[in-house]
Amino acid sequence: MTMTTRRTALAGLSAAMLAMTALTGGAFAQSINLTYLIPSGADGVAVAEEIVKSFEAANPDINIDIETRPGGSEGDNMIKTRLATGTMADVFRYNSGSLFQAINPAQFLVDLTNEPWQADVQASFKQVVTAPDGTIRGAPMGAAMGGGIYYNKAIYEELGLSVPTTWAEFMANNQKIKDAGKVAVIQTYGDTWTSQLFVLADYYNVSAKDANFANNYTANEAKFATDPAALRGFEKLQEVFDAGYLNEDFGAAKYDDGIRMVSAGEGAHYPMLTFATTAIAATYPENLANVGFFAQPGDDAALNGLTVWMPDGIYIPTTTSNLDAAKKFVAFVASVEGCEAQTRAGGASGPYLINGCTLPDDVPPAVSDMLPYFAEGGQNGPALEFLSPIKGPALEQITVEVGSGIRPAADGAALYDEDVRKQAQQLGLPGW
Amino acid sequence: MTATGTASAAPAPVLKRRSPYPGWFFLPAAIIYGVLFLLPTVASLYFSLTRWTLFNSTFIGLDNFAQFLREPFLIKGLINTILYAVITSGLKVVLGLLLAVLLTSQVAARGYLRSVVFFPVLVSTVGVGITFTVLMHPTNGMINEGLALLGIKGPGWLVDPNLALYSVALVDVWKGVGLATVIYIAGIVAIPKDYYEAARIDGATKLQNFFEITLPLCRPATSTVIILSFIGGLRTFDLIWAMTRGGPGFASDTVASVIYKQYQAGFYGLSTAGNVVLFVLVAALVIPLTMLLNRKQGHE
Repeated sequence: MTMTTRRTALAGLSAAMLAMTALTGGAFAQSINLTYLIPSGADGVAVAEEIVKSFEAANPDINIDIETRPGGSEGDNMIKTRLATGTMADVFRYNSGSLFQAINPAQFLVDLTNEPWQADVQASFKQVVTAPDGTIRGAPMGAAMGGGIYYNKAIYEELGLSVPTTWAEFMANNQKIKDAGKVAVIQTYGDTWTSQLFVLADYYNVSAKDANFANNYTANEAKFATDPAALRGFEKLQEVFDAGYLNEDFGAAKYDDGIRMVSAGEGAHYPMLTFATTAIAATYPENLANVGFFAQPGDDAALNGLTVWMPDGIYIPTTTSNLDAAKKFVAFVASVEGCEAQTRAGGASGPYLINGCTLPDDVPPAVSDMLPYFAEGGQNGPALEFLSPIKGPALEQITVEVGSGIRPAADGAALYDEDVRKQAQQLGLPGW
Repeated sequence: MTATGTASAAPAPVLKRRSPYPGWFFLPAAIIYGVLFLLPTVASLYFSLTRWTLFNSTFIGLDNFAQFLREPFLIKGLINTILYAVITSGLKVVLGLLLAVLLTSQVAARGYLRSVVFFPVLVSTVGVGITFTVLMHPTNGMINEGLALLGIKGPGWLVDPNLALYSVALVDVWKGVGLATVIYIAGIVAIPKDYYEAARIDGATKLQNFFEITLPLCRPATSTVIILSFIGGLRTFDLIWAMTRGGPGFASDTVASVIYKQYQAGFYGLSTAGNVVLFVLVAALVIPLTMLLNRKQGHE
């Protein structure tokens, strides 16, 4: 907050100085003010400030003010309201994939299909910011994330375990860890969103068996409850609970507890998205080297691969009055300089989706563990929410129930299918 | 109506009955009422019949109501809501009355104790919720740590699906009982002393005093407390949301939290329909209850 006030003070000061130089006869270009809306959160703000700083250094005639908004569904509602009332900032950062589809991109966002920098954006990202009419409306902001399982390397070493490539190996590891008197799997249902990982991160395994699942699911032809591969995610969640592998306070512990526990060795495995690497680096830097990462194992070692989450996009609303300046800023974010600014501010948490962007050599193990899945011959695929516009809002409550033994897996999956129906109807999809 | 009816026959009395204020005098109030109350009510009735994304709305008739009533968690939410309202208002009546009897008797530091009982009413509900969430943590919470000192293994107050709703209800009672106590104190203080003196001459015990004099003569206070806390319990939201968010799973969902979740998910029309349902539910339960309580009072 103080940063932004200081920024406005600076802006005022520079405006005054511009006025003075104008009076003294200098021919300065008119300075342009842009606003940039981002979700609040310490690491996100730090990254945005670093990007803005580098951009302003290269474009002295453009000044950017950072605004913050709440995250989660509160933030979703705010974005929708500001778009609907025509009061959106000049540039804003928001989710790609199914949430992107829910803000009517074709109506509210500027078409960026023909921008020259699109040539360097990877195709996998373009598809998650493409409006229903086939035009591309955003640029990537941040690094790709993997959904999978963090593990404590010290515990693995102590017990002589190796990284599992099948679910059976994973469960065998868990049993050994439990026998050694340690917590095998950390769950943090105090923050309900963290309960979904075993289901969502299992999607690579679903698509490995049925490449058409996402399309059939969107068309109301495939269901979690009736597709055995899709049901596995819910079953895995239940198996881990039934075997008694969880930390004692799993119902009340929160995300912050989870990253503390896995990095300090209070527990061996924590299913999570790899963006947590940035948080571990910021909060427990001394433990960062102790944390490794692997994809959620499936039933067949040969099909082992990583479920990938695309980063947020940045977008320009059609209501902006500074289109050229806003486009310049978006182009900067989607450039190699933009990636470098992000790495400087937040450390590297995964691969960028801009061609030519590289990661520093000294990335933490959790990041380097992720890279083989992206390398030549590696296997990865997007999460379901980037392939289908529907994601039921009650999934996190349902996974809490299945993961705490309140509801059996098959029941939970059927309930989720029911939940998804509402979202599909809301979006007006055919076949529902 | 009657005034205009008689107007044509006898104009003179109408002049007398006419309000001393001119018609335009009511206009500001009417505009405020219309814009702030009437318009939103009509608009929400309309939007409850549409599929509404904030960007556009499609008229879909009663589909939202059908969908809302089909919500798998709604029945549980309904039962929870009524359970919660009954528990909280029942406990507030009993505890409020007992505390009021204590605080109107000759105890030491009476004024101080009264303010202590009333204090939780003044604290922000969300603050209370967050504080108790910390206190009720299953392993590091102060409550279970205290129980552990006594050799008792405390339950997971907010994470046990069979317990979560009751834990929140107890906190609600702790927070709200002060208001009930104040209402009861006012009721008890208003009872004429003569009754107690007459009872003392007859040799009545303290228990008899309580059951034969205090309790019946406090009936207006009792019905006020019941109705206020029952309505409060039916539309309870903030405390539940701050403490459990309806969880674990859906174990402590109430109608209001189900509605809020639909808003969060972006189902604006659906949740507006839910609000209409909640409005009807509160009215359907509270109007008969009020009539019942008032009728009994009339017979006394």
